[in-house]
Amino acid sequence: MTIQMFFQHLANAISLGGIYALIAIGYTMVYGILNLINFAHGDIFTFSMYFAFYAVTLFLFPWWASFIFAIVLTTLLGATIERVAYRPLRKANAPKISALITAIGVSFFLQNFAIVVFGGRAKSFNPQLGVYPTQFAQVLKFRDVRIPLLTFIIIGASILALLILIWIVYRTKAGMAMRAVSKDVTAAKLMGINTDKTISQTFMLGSALAAVGGILWAMKYPQIYPYTGMIPGLKAFIAAVVGGIGSIPGAMLGGFILGVAEIMIVAFLPALAGYRDAIAYIILIVILLVKPNGLLGVEIGEKV
Amino acid sequence: MRKTFVLVFLVVLVTFTLFSQEVIKIGMNFELTGPISGYGQMSRDGVLLANKLKPTVNIGGKEIKVEVVAVDNKSDKAESANAIRRLIDYEKVIAVIGPATSSAALAAASIAEERQIPMVVNTATNPLVAQNKKYVFRTCFEDTLQGFLLATFAWDELGAKNVAIMIDVAQDYVVGLANYFEKAFEQFGGTYFTEFYTTGDQDFTAQLTDALSKNPDAIFMPGYYAEIALICKQARDLGFTGPMFAGDGADAPELIQIGGEYVEGVSYTTYFHEDAELSPATKPFVEAYQKEYHRRADAFGALGYDAYMVIVNAIESAQSTDPIKIRDAIAKTKDYPGVAGTITYPEGSGNPIKPAVINMVENGQFVFRTVIKPRM
Repeated sequence: MTIQMFFQHLANAISLGGIYALIAIGYTMVYGILNLINFAHGDIFTFSMYFAFYAVTLFLFPWWASFIFAIVLTTLLGATIERVAYRPLRKANAPKISALITAIGVSFFLQNFAIVVFGGRAKSFNPQLGVYPTQFAQVLKFRDVRIPLLTFIIIGASILALLILIWIVYRTKAGMAMRAVSKDVTAAKLMGINTDKTISQTFMLGSALAAVGGILWAMKYPQIYPYTGMIPGLKAFIAAVVGGIGSIPGAMLGGFILGVAEIMIVAFLPALAGYRDAIAYIILIVILLVKPNGLLGVEIGEKV
Repeated sequence: MRKTFVLVFLVVLVTFTLFSQEVIKIGMNFELTGPISGYGQMSRDGVLLANKLKPTVNIGGKEIKVEVVAVDNKSDKAESANAIRRLIDYEKVIAVIGPATSSAALAAASIAEERQIPMVVNTATNPLVAQNKKYVFRTCFEDTLQGFLLATFAWDELGAKNVAIMIDVAQDYVVGLANYFEKAFEQFGGTYFTEFYTTGDQDFTAQLTDALSKNPDAIFMPGYYAEIALICKQARDLGFTGPMFAGDGADAPELIQIGGEYVEGVSYTTYFHEDAELSPATKPFVEAYQKEYHRRADAFGALGYDAYMVIVNAIESAQSTDPIKIRDAIAKTKDYPGVAGTITYPEGSGNPIKPAVINMVENGQFVFRTVIKPRM
């Protein structure tokens, strides 16, 4: 392998890892605060793509307005799901497993809803339709290594998302409430925190992150179909667990590890390229065996 | 008294028409809903047009009405088996057309074989569909031939000596087609190397980076349109400027919608193009199709049309509506001018030897490029 090829592979890996990281941040945040694995995250992600797509093709929005429209709508979708599907369970004091099963149910519902409403055939997220400016599709050349401009946008967006999240969680009142809820819901309620509102805000924030990830994913891989979010959602979940589920920097680290591992496995062992999804699971299993809380996860005693 | 007379007259008239107007049924087992419903719907439209243009068969000087019955297989293997059972047992069809895809066709083929009902598939190319089957025929070429035609195209038309092949390990169709291409291309003296992925993968940069380091003259993508579109985008982004080509899995409008400018110049084998004069029947068909549906004729419809005509033709030459006799007559089809090329079934085979059409994406349109004839 030439040095130039190695750098090309590295660039590809960072590009893929960056987008996994971005999705994983949203995934892990909801878990970190609510201890709920939101399996519907990948489908919320899919919906954001459709929102952005229809905003441009149906309502003829300019691309930036369609992005804002998609983020707002996806945020509302997240809030609605929380209210309709999860809140009643919380009110009924249902066991945690019910919330998990509900999340899977919501995921199936969203997928089938998308098939009925948007149709099963793939839609295109192509700059020729005006969904984003053609300049974004540029490829930058560094000597012989080619890196799409989008890679930098994705990494920039991930870092920005990370900074904004840290700011919200550690510097704002809502963030303080979130941290309190994550420690102990009942105690937080006793301290006068509106836990329903806080949980709803958490969901909205997670969904907004899914929307940003969804739009960037669609720009990178320009096809939208009802199951688009499934694999990225699963990969983001793995990334979140590898990095230590609940830890926001951990999700980012996990995303990059997964991206690098997937690209490098294809680069060094091309015969195994058809099994790269299996590689993701193997990484998950190995990490869980060695470090059950993930790389950056903190060990917490099981709450009784 | 007069009332009774009228009544008797009516009864006689009704019985007369009932008995004189014999009806035979041909079944359609197509993907009318589900993820690949586009294929099934296009196929059905072709058969319906054929039925409209030739609604009767002549047996012993008597015109018998042909009715076509469609059953939806929901793009599913198990449903496809149910669909053909329903057509045979409940609708009492004497022949079946479809399905349009290989896995659904495979599920139905063994049932057609067992019940001794002739089944003509329009676009299922996997060799297993008709292999060792007496009652299964197709109007398209099969993948052994398609692989050979693609190798001919790469060698003769593109002048490629070293080809990178992107293989989807999860699809039998893709693995098979790549395999037949490799064999033929090697015979011509070409070299190739393979890169692998799985259905649903969206990132191919690692495989392509590896492939480009081996300096291929061309990239062959025997997969389906969704992945092909993304492979093209990423290959161009990585700086590949050479030709890229594909099999009939590329033949869907989504290829251009998703691939946009990145699929410009991509060529692929298919069975039919409006502008390709494949037989004297092509042009009238294209005009009739345009008149009926107000859109361009497609390969699925053309081969569905041919499937219907092959069956009807066999019924007339057998002078019988008995499925077993129809089967024998289909097997003897020779130089039948189908709209997507002349159909001759070689002795003991349901696979016609036909040329392939090469289409190319040009200015966001599928443009007819050339016809590749099998070298026999």
